[in-house]
Amino acid sequence: MNQTEFKNVDPPFWVAWNQALASIRVRFFRHAITSIGIALGIAFFASIQTLRLAPQTGPSDSGDADRLIWLVGTSLVMCLVGVTNSMLMSVTERYREIGTIKCLGASDGFIVKVFFLEAAVLGAIGSFVGSMLGASLLGALYHVSLPSIGFVILTATGVGIAMTVLAAIVPAIQAAKMPAAAALRVDV
Amino acid sequence: MQETGRNVVVRTVDLVKQYGEGEAAVRALNGVSCEIYQGEYLSIMGPSGSGKSTLFNMVGGLDKPTEGSVYVNSVDIAQLTPRELAFLRCHTIGYIFQTFNLITVRTALENVTLPMLFAGVSPDESDERGIKLLELVGLGHRCHHRPTELSGGQQQRVAIARSLANNPSIVLADEPTGNLDLKTGQEIIDLLRQLNTERGVTIISATHDHKMLDVSDRIFHIRDGQLAKVDVRQENESLAHVVAAE
Repeated sequence: MNQTEFKNVDPPFWVAWNQALASIRVRFFRHAITSIGIALGIAFFASIQTLRLAPQTGPSDSGDADRLIWLVGTSLVMCLVGVTNSMLMSVTERYREIGTIKCLGASDGFIVKVFFLEAAVLGAIGSFVGSMLGASLLGALYHVSLPSIGFVILTATGVGIAMTVLAAIVPAIQAAKMPAAAALRVDV
Repeated sequence: MQETGRNVVVRTVDLVKQYGEGEAAVRALNGVSCEIYQGEYLSIMGPSGSGKSTLFNMVGGLDKPTEGSVYVNSVDIAQLTPRELAFLRCHTIGYIFQTFNLITVRTALENVTLPMLFAGVSPDESDERGIKLLELVGLGHRCHHRPTELSGGQQQRVAIARSLANNPSIVLADEPTGNLDLKTGQEIIDLLRQLNTERGVTIISATHDHKMLDVSDRIFHIRDGQLAKVDVRQENESLAHVVAAE
């Protein structure tokens, strides 16, 4: 009778990366909608940021600036909640797939990694598109210099990715907690 | 068949599984003790609600008992951390599902090699082993097809190849023929039996399928959370039938 020996082996990073990309591909439509949501939120953020850098029309008094920060903050939080919601739904939908890869030997950490990577990819695409839209549109309208627009696009994309990864925390934990036995469930 | 020196691969001791608390508590399993031997082909039978699935999950390291213990390869699975449990599922147990459960956007070969990657096998070696396994189940020419391009029987063959990825000592099959027509189901059963004989892998299946029962070495009948009866199939049973017919 051989005693099983437990070594901690984690698959290389690209295994999780491929799994994340595959998940995005198979549910492309849903992910596209999530991405558009992120893009809209970040477009708003980027446009407000561009506006602040505009030569004349920038907010004159501090009250205006406060109001803008409040608006931007609210829109980002709404966006975050939206992403969390859609990712939670996708966890519920994917119970069998998650259970199966757990049966195949995936650790909880691997599943968390896949979800974070998925979120990061969605966040990167969505917020890059959104910040391009927002910054270039308002930049052109208010004659903001190119370097400033570039700066806004960079920060807005960064904020977008951070926000999406933040939004993925709860869904990722939920997915990791999914029992492996979920793979055996048969819903007709 | 049952020599006394046979290796026990799974052993349960007074297994109790309770769902819910207090008044609403349901005992799905109520004191099941059994031994499953290395290399046998075992079927677990029972009506729905009998605790059959619970026992099956418990034996496969998919669920932990409320009381009692389950030993897989003499390791008490209730004592394992989630990470060790993942390791056990990766290396010691292979799973076959009623609904095949292949990863849809991955090719047949990628499905088979995924458990190997979890086990830390290099991509080159896993590809090589994956192709051999797919050839073993008769799908060597279908390596790069997606599950959607395969028939149900072929998908289940890929799943069987995948379950053998890390040379497990146990393969758990949950109603493996449940979603297949009679002929394909028979082919899958023959394949499982062939792998059982040739590779010596222990096969534990939960099933209603009588074709499956015909090839089993032993059959556990579960009633009301207890092991009600164990049928042992005689090696010369088919001969006995012939004699009886004459």
